Amino acid sequence: MQFGIFTVSDITQDPTTGRTPTEAERIQATLTIAKHAEEVGLDVFALGEHHNPPFWSSSPTTTLAYIAGQTSTLQLSTATTLITTNDPVKLAEDYVMLQHVSGGRADLMLGRGNTGPVYPWFGKDIRQGLPLAVENYELLHRLWREDVVDWSGEFRTPLQGFTSTPRPLDGVPPFVWHGSIRTPEIADQAAFYGDGFFANHIFWPASHTQRMIALYRQRFEHHGHGTAAQAIVGLGGQVFMRKNSQDAVRDFRPYFDNAPVYGHGPSLEEFSQQTPLTVGSPQEVIDRTLGFRDYVGDYQRQLWLLDHAGLPLKTVLEQLDLLGEEVVPVLRAEFAKDRPADVPDAPTHASLVRAKYGDQAPRQATPNANRGDNLTVGSPYQDAPTAGSASGDSSVQPGAAFGPAATRKAVVR
Amino acid sequence: MTAKRIVVVSAGLSTPSSTRQLADRLAADAVDILRERGVEVEVQTFELRDLAHDITNHLLMGFAPPKLEEALDAVSTADGLIAVTPIFTTSYAGLFKSFIDVIDPQALTDLPVLIGATGGTPRHSLAIDYAIRPLFTYLHAIPVTTGVFAATGDWGGAGDGVRSLPDRVFRGAREFADLVERTDRADRVNDPFALDRPLGHLIGGLAGE
Repeated sequence: MQFGIFTVSDITQDPTTGRTPTEAERIQATLTIAKHAEEVGLDVFALGEHHNPPFWSSSPTTTLAYIAGQTSTLQLSTATTLITTNDPVKLAEDYVMLQHVSGGRADLMLGRGNTGPVYPWFGKDIRQGLPLAVENYELLHRLWREDVVDWSGEFRTPLQGFTSTPRPLDGVPPFVWHGSIRTPEIADQAAFYGDGFFANHIFWPASHTQRMIALYRQRFEHHGHGTAAQAIVGLGGQVFMRKNSQDAVRDFRPYFDNAPVYGHGPSLEEFSQQTPLTVGSPQEVIDRTLGFRDYVGDYQRQLWLLDHAGLPLKTVLEQLDLLGEEVVPVLRAEFAKDRPADVPDAPTHASLVRAKYGDQAPRQATPNANRGDNLTVGSPYQDAPTAGSASGDSSVQPGAAFGPAATRKAVVR
Repeated sequence: MTAKRIVVVSAGLSTPSSTRQLADRLAADAVDILRERGVEVEVQTFELRDLAHDITNHLLMGFAPPKLEEALDAVSTADGLIAVTPIFTTSYAGLFKSFIDVIDPQALTDLPVLIGATGGTPRHSLAIDYAIRPLFTYLHAIPVTTGVFAATGDWGGAGDGVRSLPDRVFRGAREFADLVERTDRADRVNDPFALDRPLGHLIGGLAGE
């Protein structure tokens, strides 16, 4: 099981000092936080994407690539990447670049975004959010699996003989998670492709998360990727810890009361009861987190939100220390108990390469000399004589959206 | 036959409240009429005053605390809704509108609704038809043609002496009972977590669905 943190990149006034960090300070602080996450033994750092103040993370792959250069084991992910308003072609290129420079430590989580005006800013219509997510991902998925793509759809200019470069590292695309709070179609999308499903979890009652995960698991089995128990599930969480519970509540309350999203709404006590927010001792965080398994089953990835609402860097680093020293080692041991052997871990580059190639050497894409035209017969790659053969993905199921049927124009209803 | 479920929502702010009183009278007449016809009825009443903090939290957070969730579930699965609000500053009370705003937009489809309103003088009675009725028609609910307005004077001798408040209550309750008796909407309640459009359908039948 993987443990890590995710950040939404908000730049928020510290309510206890009245001071708001500059963009430059907060960006540097986040880099420090990411590096420290690896130092304390966490597995994953995931970064949000926003296109308006007071957020800074407009270009996640730039930031994640830098962090990749400063770390050696940390898995780099997103929370979330906007599949609706970003061009799927650019996403295919950017995230495979990140995959290459990080040595296979990149995955990504797709979401539709929560800021309405982002759609018109990028020339899209929010009422088409779901069809955009469906069509864009179908294209992204093909660009990573087929060397040469002919494509046309509703929302972007058609492609004839397009090759997304570079090809995925070792011929294995980055693993994809789909995040959604309450859209059953997105749970089905994740299940359809055999991808992971991540439940935000933190702003919602457990009963909502439970139902979304149950639907995802059921559809994962329906689409033939394994049993429901083998589906790849991630959960958000939100914690604030001090050695003893009372100090945690006292120290966190001003940040809670003024936080973006839930500030000036429910009380800390109500919110802690109604959502997974846990403010208390490391032991309380351990107990609460172990309880998640009771309603979602054995799962693969736990990410916590630690650094928002104006919490200063020093405090966030203390939280990471507590997670690394006291919480995560216990969770690793406890979650491993009674975990059925056939429940997989979260996919990593190494596991995906092994699943695809077994003992064989993985693909190393080598282009032909530029003919200035890859519309003609054959492949632009030396190692793949025909365009189709490089796409031999072992996860392809009969009747799934690959092969000739997939070149049909997508009909979006 | 399972009992028909009528949910009563009252947005009166004071205790005791004439809005609640009107709501109770509308419910009592509707229940009497249905029982006379041999229809079993259950009534559940919610005072929005008790839910005011939860409604605000829902507006801010996007999810319902448990007590409010119970009210929202009751309304969306009901066979009929009796909705009564005071008229403030020419329209429904803000609390009433906030409650309507946190209801899933599909949750009231085909729901028979009996509208009631209270106010200081009968001069505000048209608020039912220019403000409250469009709210329910927008949500594809079915408000009955008679809306019942009770002015302060209606509770004593200063009200309408020709068409008295009890007459108007009965007329509205009868129209409402007619719809509640026939509706089968409780069998087709919208589940927000149900997968209406499997992905194969969304991407053009590629998965044969």
